[in-house]
Amino acid sequence: MNAMQFILVILVSLVCGMASVMDERQFHRPIVACTLVGLVLGDLQTGIILGGNLELIALGWMNVGAAMAPDAALASTISSIIVIVGHQSIGEGIAIAVPLAAAGQVLTIFVRTIAVFFQHQADHFAAQANFRGIEWCHIGALFLQGLRVAIPTGAVAAIAGTSIVNQWLNAIPPVITHGLQVSGGFIVVVGYAMVINMMKARSLMPFFFIGFTLATFVTGINLVGLGILGACAAVVYVQLNPDFHDSIKAPAAVTSAGTEDDDVLG
Amino acid sequence: MTESTEIRKVEPLTRKDMFSTYLRSTFMLGSFNFERMQAIGFCVTMIPAIKRFYHKKEDQAAALKRHLEFFNTTPWPASAIFGVTAAMEQKKAAGADIDEAAITNVKVGLMGPLAGIGDPIYWGTARPILAALGASLALSGSILGPLLFFFGINIIRMLTRWYGFKLGYRQGTDIVQDVAGNRLKKLTQMASVLGLFVMGSLVSKWTTIKMPLVLVSYKQAGHVISTSLQNIMDSLLPGMVALLMTFACMWLLKRNVNAIWIIFGMFVVGILGYWAGIFGL
Repeated sequence: MNAMQFILVILVSLVCGMASVMDERQFHRPIVACTLVGLVLGDLQTGIILGGNLELIALGWMNVGAAMAPDAALASTISSIIVIVGHQSIGEGIAIAVPLAAAGQVLTIFVRTIAVFFQHQADHFAAQANFRGIEWCHIGALFLQGLRVAIPTGAVAAIAGTSIVNQWLNAIPPVITHGLQVSGGFIVVVGYAMVINMMKARSLMPFFFIGFTLATFVTGINLVGLGILGACAAVVYVQLNPDFHDSIKAPAAVTSAGTEDDDVLG
Repeated sequence: MTESTEIRKVEPLTRKDMFSTYLRSTFMLGSFNFERMQAIGFCVTMIPAIKRFYHKKEDQAAALKRHLEFFNTTPWPASAIFGVTAAMEQKKAAGADIDEAAITNVKVGLMGPLAGIGDPIYWGTARPILAALGASLALSGSILGPLLFFFGINIIRMLTRWYGFKLGYRQGTDIVQDVAGNRLKKLTQMASVLGLFVMGSLVSKWTTIKMPLVLVSYKQAGHVISTSLQNIMDSLLPGMVALLMTFACMWLLKRNVNAIWIIFGMFVVGILGYWAGIFGL
C-alpha cells in the first residue's frame, strides 16, 4: 500500500464512519464500503465480492428505536484491507468482519455517550441564539463518529500485509477457518430474523411461508421473479382486505372535521 | 410598535430555505446521543425556518431551545415532521395562538406512528430487498450490484425527504390524519407483505447448510448405498434447517439477546458442527 492509497483508505473510512451513525446515504453498508476500499486499493473485484457476502450477513442490521445495529462500517473497511492487502480468502474476511462489527458497536456506543456533552453545549448556544454554535456541535459529534472508524482502520492499514500479521492469520487452525466458512452459510438468518421481528406482523407470516416454499420448490426462479410475486401478493392482499373496505367512508368524515386548523391545534 | 400587534406578516419559506432544510435534514443523525438522540440534528434542520420566521433574538433562542428536545424516529420520513413543524412555527410567528407545548406535542405525537410506518417500509422492505438484489449481483463480482443498491436506495431516500417535507409543510397538522389514515396503513401493510415474502424466499435461497454425516450405509447389489443427514432433511423439506435456525434467532432476539452474541453463537455451532462432522463445506 502506498502513501496515496493509505490516505484514500483513511478518507473512505471517515466517510463510512459518519454514514454509519447517520444511516443516510448508506456508505457504511458493506456492499458500498467494501467496494470503495477495493477501488482505492486497486482490487475492485475482490472488494465487490466481499461486499456482497458481507451485505447478505448484514441484511437485517438496522437501528430501530434506541437499539443499535452491529457496526457494518468498521467491519467492512478493515476486513476489506485484510482480504486485499493481507491476501486472505473471502471466508476469512467474513470471519474477521463479525468480531469487528461487535467492536465497532462498542466504539459507537462510546461516541454516542460523548455526544451528550455536545448536546449540553448546544443548549448553551441555543440560549444565546447562536446558530453557528449549534451547527458546530452537530458537526463535531459527526466528525468523532468518522474518526471512530478512520483511526482503527488506519492502524490496520499500516500493519496489514506485514509478515507478522500474515503469519498470525495463517496460524489459525483449519478446523476453525473451515468451521467459520460453514457458519458463513447460515449466519445470514440472524439478519432475516431481525427484519421479520421488526415487522411485528404475525398475521402476515403466511406470506413468509409462501415465499419460502416457492423459493424452495420452484427451480430456476430468481430474486426478481420472487420480488414480482411478492409485490403482486401485497397488492392483492390489500385489495381484498376487509379492514380497508369498512373504512372507505372514513376520509369524508375526516376532512369535514379537519377544516379548521386552529381548532385542531387548540 | 408594529411588531407587537396580534397578526404579523410572516414570509413563507423560500425555495432556497427548503433546499437548505433538505440538505441539513440529510445530516440529521450526525450527533445522535443517548440523552436526547436526534435532538441537535432536528434543531440544525429547523434553523433555516427559524431564521426566516423569527427576527428577534429572544424568539430565535426560544425556538432553538424547543427544538433541542428529545427526538427519535425513522430518519427519512422524519422530513414530513420537519414540514409540519415549520408550518406550525410559521403560524406561531404570525401571531396564531400556538404555545410551545402544542408544537412539541405534534412532534412527539408524530414520532411514534411515523416510525411505525417508516421502519417496515424502509428498513424492513426497501433496503433489504435492494441490498439482496445488489448482493446477488456482487457475489459474482459485478459492479452493477453496488451501483444498483447505492443509486436505488438513495433515489428512494431523496424523494422521501424532499416530498415528505413539502407535504408536511403544505398540509401542516392535517397530516396527523394522514398518518393515522388508510393510505399509509395500506402502504405499510403492502411493504410488510412484500418484505416477509422476500425474507421467506431468502431463508431458502441464500443459506448454505450441508450435512454430509452418513447415517446409514449398506451394500446392495455390489453398490454402497448411504443415506446422509442431508438426504433425510431434503426428503422432508429442503431448507428446513435454515428455517428452524431463523425461528431460533427470532426467539432469541425477542428475548433481547444481542444480535452479535447470536452471531458468535452461530460461529461456535459452525466450528463444533464441522469438527464433529455434522456440517460440511
